[in-house]
Amino acid sequence: MSSVRVLVGTRKGAFILSSDGKRDRWEVAGPHFAGWEMYHVKGSPADPNRIYASQSSGWSGQVVQRSNDGGKTWEAVDNKFTYDGVPGTHQWYDGTAHPWEFKRVWHLEPSLTDPDTVFAGIEDAAIFKTADGGKSWAELAGLRGHGSGPKWQPGAGGLCLHTILLDPSNPQRMYIAISAAGAFRTDDGGASWTPINRGLRSQYIPDPDAEVGHCVHRIAMHRSRPGTLFMQKHWDVMRSDDAGDNWREVSGNLPTDFGFVIDVNTNEPETIYVVPIKSDSEHFPMDGKLQVWRSKSGGNEWEPLTKGLPQSDCYVNVLRDAMAVDSLDQCGVYFGTTGGQVYASADGGDSWKAIVRDLPAVLSVEVQTLP
Amino acid sequence: MTIRVELPQFLRRLANIQGEVQVEASAATVRAVLDELEARYPALRGTIRDQVTGVRRPFLRFFACQEDLSHDGPDAPLPEAVVEGREPLLIVGAIAGG
Repeated sequence: MSSVRVLVGTRKGAFILSSDGKRDRWEVAGPHFAGWEMYHVKGSPADPNRIYASQSSGWSGQVVQRSNDGGKTWEAVDNKFTYDGVPGTHQWYDGTAHPWEFKRVWHLEPSLTDPDTVFAGIEDAAIFKTADGGKSWAELAGLRGHGSGPKWQPGAGGLCLHTILLDPSNPQRMYIAISAAGAFRTDDGGASWTPINRGLRSQYIPDPDAEVGHCVHRIAMHRSRPGTLFMQKHWDVMRSDDAGDNWREVSGNLPTDFGFVIDVNTNEPETIYVVPIKSDSEHFPMDGKLQVWRSKSGGNEWEPLTKGLPQSDCYVNVLRDAMAVDSLDQCGVYFGTTGGQVYASADGGDSWKAIVRDLPAVLSVEVQTLP
Repeated sequence: MTIRVELPQFLRRLANIQGEVQVEASAATVRAVLDELEARYPALRGTIRDQVTGVRRPFLRFFACQEDLSHDGPDAPLPEAVVEGREPLLIVGAIAGG
């Protein structure tokens, strides 16, 4: 019988939650790396026992960990992220030039086919790659070299490259997203990049239709339709059916179209999930009611999912890397909150249950479906 | 020469170190001690000083013999009591953060 492993990164350590395919009884292991901020923990699709973790702290900076046994034991690998050439400057919050400085790894995206190859999205925004299991990292400098880099400006959380999507049908194609520069695509394995922000409108920037400067919070795709992308922007839920060349808004009847997470049902490429958040200054759900909203039509028509979720006095946030789906026959959906709960649905979102309630604030959630 | 080093608890755990470490340093300086410490415990690379610039991380400080050595520079000579093994070099994490 299949089983599921949920990898949870929190402000004070990482946790591994395990269940069989029924997904009703869970074991909680951890904390791993207690006391450290775990921005992201993700397993290799090519070898589920290979897991990578981003570990950081204000005292001692960045560490990257790797496990070869499904998270039982770990070893620190290379943590040297050196920008290619002279890093130059991006914009600071006040519009002045600010030197590019490495701060942390936000996201680790293992290759779909090779356990030793991983892409890392970092702050200040850049993408790095290892091809030796983390023993060394090198920047894919074409992204910052695109030419718009000096115009990039940080979002409130920093100038972070937080989303990396690998096209399963084309190993040369990847998508990334940066707060608050926008989305970019490469069609040559990361050598060169194109901004893909046409159709995004952001009222909070001087030119609402600018080529770069949009605060993209998350992008998701279904592996069977890699040209269709769904985006939760700072405000607005967006959709593209041409690999990001053009976007259109699909917020529809959402009560608020601000939010961070977005994901796609593994078995239904037009079924998508968001967690609406009240506003960019009030990072909590509307009216104290934690609700996942689901669209079965790829956007525009949405329904609230509330069964098992707190419907009063709930003022948590769900951060951008904190939702994931498994690949069982009935798709499991998982998300973590800044209040330390990890909620799971084993029925595509119809009903929810807290796997665990009192972890440190959750930064990221990933799922591995094991044979 | 053998230098005794005490690390903050979170770095001892990261590098799987129990208690005090004794480092065979090629010179009586913080730089030489850290060079040897990082060679022996690669997990510590980048956690005490920046890997590129060599600059000490701002939330970590170096103390010995009840003196703050943090601003003496990495090549300043360590106190005699540290060189002779009577006192450890303390690497201390700031009491800060949440």
